Amino acid sequence: METLITLLVGVLVTIAVYLLLSRNMIRVILGTAILSHAIHLLILTMGGLKKGGVPLIGDEPADYTDALPQALILTAIVISFAVTAFLLVLAYRTYKETGSDNLDTLRGVNDE
Amino acid sequence: MIVILAIIFPFFMAFFVPFLYKRVQSKHIGWFVLLVPLLLFILLASFVPSVAGGAHYTYTVQWIDSFGINFTTNLDGLSMIFGLLITGVGSLVILYSIYYLSEREALGRFYVYLLMFMGAMLGVVFSDNVMVLYVFWELTSISSFLLIAFWYHRKQSRYGAKKSMLITVSGGVAMLAGFLMLHTLTGTFSLREMVGEMGSLDTSDPLFYMAMILILLGAFTKSAQFPFHIWLPDAMEAPTPVSAYLHSATMVKAGIYLVARFTPIFGGEAVWFYSITCVGIFTLFWGSFNAVRQTDLKALLAYSTISQLGLIMSLLGIGSMAVSNSNESNLLIFTAATFAGLFHLINHSTFKGALFMVVGIVDHELGTRDIRRLGGLMSFMPLTFTVALIGSFSMAGLPPFNGFLSKEMFFEAVVQLSQLDLISNGAIRVLIPVVAWVASVFTFIYSMIIVFKTFLGMPQSDRVDKEAHEPPVGMLIAPFVLSFLVVGIFIFPNLVGRFLLTPAMAAVFPMHQGLEGLVPHISAWHGVNPQLLMTVGVIVAGSLMYVSFKRWKRVYAIGPLRWNLDALYNFVLLKTENGSNLLTTRYMTGYLRDYFVYIFAFFIAVAVGGLFWIGNLEIDLSKDAAVTVNEYIIIAVMMLAGLSILFAKSRKTAILLNGVLGYSIAILFVVLRAPDLALTQIVVETVTTVLFLLCFYFLPEWKREDTKRTTKLVNGFIAVAVGSIVTILALMVQGDKLFTSISFYFEDAYRLAGGKNIVNTILGDFRAFDTMLEVVVLFIAGIGVFSLIKLKAKKGEKDIGNQ
Repeated sequence: METLITLLVGVLVTIAVYLLLSRNMIRVILGTAILSHAIHLLILTMGGLKKGGVPLIGDEPADYTDALPQALILTAIVISFAVTAFLLVLAYRTYKETGSDNLDTLRGVNDE
Repeated sequence: MIVILAIIFPFFMAFFVPFLYKRVQSKHIGWFVLLVPLLLFILLASFVPSVAGGAHYTYTVQWIDSFGINFTTNLDGLSMIFGLLITGVGSLVILYSIYYLSEREALGRFYVYLLMFMGAMLGVVFSDNVMVLYVFWELTSISSFLLIAFWYHRKQSRYGAKKSMLITVSGGVAMLAGFLMLHTLTGTFSLREMVGEMGSLDTSDPLFYMAMILILLGAFTKSAQFPFHIWLPDAMEAPTPVSAYLHSATMVKAGIYLVARFTPIFGGEAVWFYSITCVGIFTLFWGSFNAVRQTDLKALLAYSTISQLGLIMSLLGIGSMAVSNSNESNLLIFTAATFAGLFHLINHSTFKGALFMVVGIVDHELGTRDIRRLGGLMSFMPLTFTVALIGSFSMAGLPPFNGFLSKEMFFEAVVQLSQLDLISNGAIRVLIPVVAWVASVFTFIYSMIIVFKTFLGMPQSDRVDKEAHEPPVGMLIAPFVLSFLVVGIFIFPNLVGRFLLTPAMAAVFPMHQGLEGLVPHISAWHGVNPQLLMTVGVIVAGSLMYVSFKRWKRVYAIGPLRWNLDALYNFVLLKTENGSNLLTTRYMTGYLRDYFVYIFAFFIAVAVGGLFWIGNLEIDLSKDAAVTVNEYIIIAVMMLAGLSILFAKSRKTAILLNGVLGYSIAILFVVLRAPDLALTQIVVETVTTVLFLLCFYFLPEWKREDTKRTTKLVNGFIAVAVGSIVTILALMVQGDKLFTSISFYFEDAYRLAGGKNIVNTILGDFRAFDTMLEVVVLFIAGIGVFSLIKLKAKKGEKDIGNQ
């Protein structure tokens, strides 16, 4: 299971990096979103998968799966959501100000 | 203890000046500032008798004790001289500046910088720890930079400020390296402890000479020694009180202080002796030679300061041989040289300070300091003329002024040096006194130029804008005090010798403590001896050359003499700026893609390099959990969805595929025993998708990317490389659990935090601060979103970034 998820992470990272390297703003933002998906899965895998039950304490003592990565991911999901939302609005505002969503035309430096 | 307070006091007051400046009338701010150096001067002066009695005061405030860096102050004879100069000349300069600067100037700023400098300079001379000394040293460079650029609207001021900063700070950094090397050798940062170890130092260690040269670089740049002197004439763009204070009396003497301070450590070494003496003598000559051709009085004084600093430097160089010399009669020749150097240091501050103030008065009253437009001022400003006369004649080395005494001692030192068989090279032996004498002739000439060209001759009232008259009385007080000192020191030189120079000599030569004749008796008349004849020769030759100046003026046009270090400096600076600009624009392209490429390429290089370096690619998959068919299906769906995003023709398809990814991850979370994550993921994914779609309403449909094929290939290669490296690293890490998990601790959640959901207790209790900061991030992002949507640039401000 871990190997499989790791392979999935690898594929997702590849896709995300490719999208980050493109020049359309929306594609770049999509890249960041997919990159965070991949990293969340990676963190979860690092804790070991399916090694115990759901980390909810019942009446009977039992084995639980590692709860710490889950807590970290929960934080990460929320923050990546905040970042994505911010980037989207930034893209919106940039387009409104400059009339372009192409990063190549938004360089801000002059060729000499 | 008091010494530390004395260092902090100016900084403390500098902090209050801006507040006070708002409340009181700007004219009176100077009187308030004047109190600072005056109080400190009185305070230091009260220590003079006990320091003259051989006492020294150290006090330590712990700072970074584990590195041996402590705020240790040391008040001994050498730092006492400098402390008195800093506070004494400081008081006079501030008094003078009250009348010199008009009320319309930014006086608050001026006095803040000046006080900052004063504190820093006191810090330099009172610090025992070389690291603390270095900090204060650079602080003097910075305050000097700020003061030179005080009239920052003038291009020349900015140029001069930058030049002085670049040269002195690079020297300072060299000095820092030297200090660190000394630390390696001695194991201490304390100057006193270094001096204590001087006998046991391993002088064959290459670090020893490196440290010596680097520290000398610091001293030479600060004290404007050839070839680093070029910053001083440009520093004259500063207001005249600043030039009088920083660039003649105190800051430029910091290098001399450093050389004197390190004499017990490096003295006696041939390299130390030769480099200081030769650089000093040559600077003496070059400065005086160039001073003669200046037409701006301040530039003339700047070159004269360079030359006089060279004189003091060379004397300290000669004196340094006393450290290793045991032959008693030779020894006294060397110590006498150091004595003359320290004596001339005091004298120079008095007469040069007075002269700078005179030039300031002329500039202030007539609006020019160009000697071609001046003349005949004696009858209009007799008092100023008196000061100028005293200052110049003292500088020229004429009796009855203090400059005569130290100049005679200088001649004595070089003549006696040439008679010793210390220097094997006969040419250098003859050259030193000859160059010294020639330089003194030029010194005589430019001293006469100041007096005669400015105050005698025909008045040229048609070439100046203002009517000449005496300045306000307040402006004359300070120069008069200094000229009284010039005469007073001539009459009672041994008072200075007894109270200031004796303890200073003891500080420079701790190994010769109690030596008979370490402090010579100064007297004006020795009978007819070589040095008196040299002085007479200087007067005769100088007068002749002054009269015939027009005839030999063309010397300055001769090729090698026109070689200009300034041009070299400008050339190097321009080339460096252009070069770095070219380099930076080459890689800072402004394309986001390029920056991403740098990041990923670096990541690939480091990771692949690291893997090769380790050379052990073990992947252990034995601990994998089993996979069910459902899970295979989900993962296959995700991979397909992800890959299809790359080929999606429309943005809606892409965003929906991203949604597929997000929801599949939520399902995976369920499978992998993480219900909280699944819930959050579903909510967040929904909102994100909605946001994307909302945004599309405002953004254009994406066009086909007409990217070049090669670029696409490169992008693809980078993406695949990064993905594979992440996979490999992750697989390697899984097989190798180096630590036992710390998560068992949280399984006691019910008892520790009173919650049954472990993930919740971690977020809300164990790691509550993390969660709080997470909320802060959300909040900041929210503010960002809000302001990006709501706030509009006002008209007129719109293009502020492009200006």
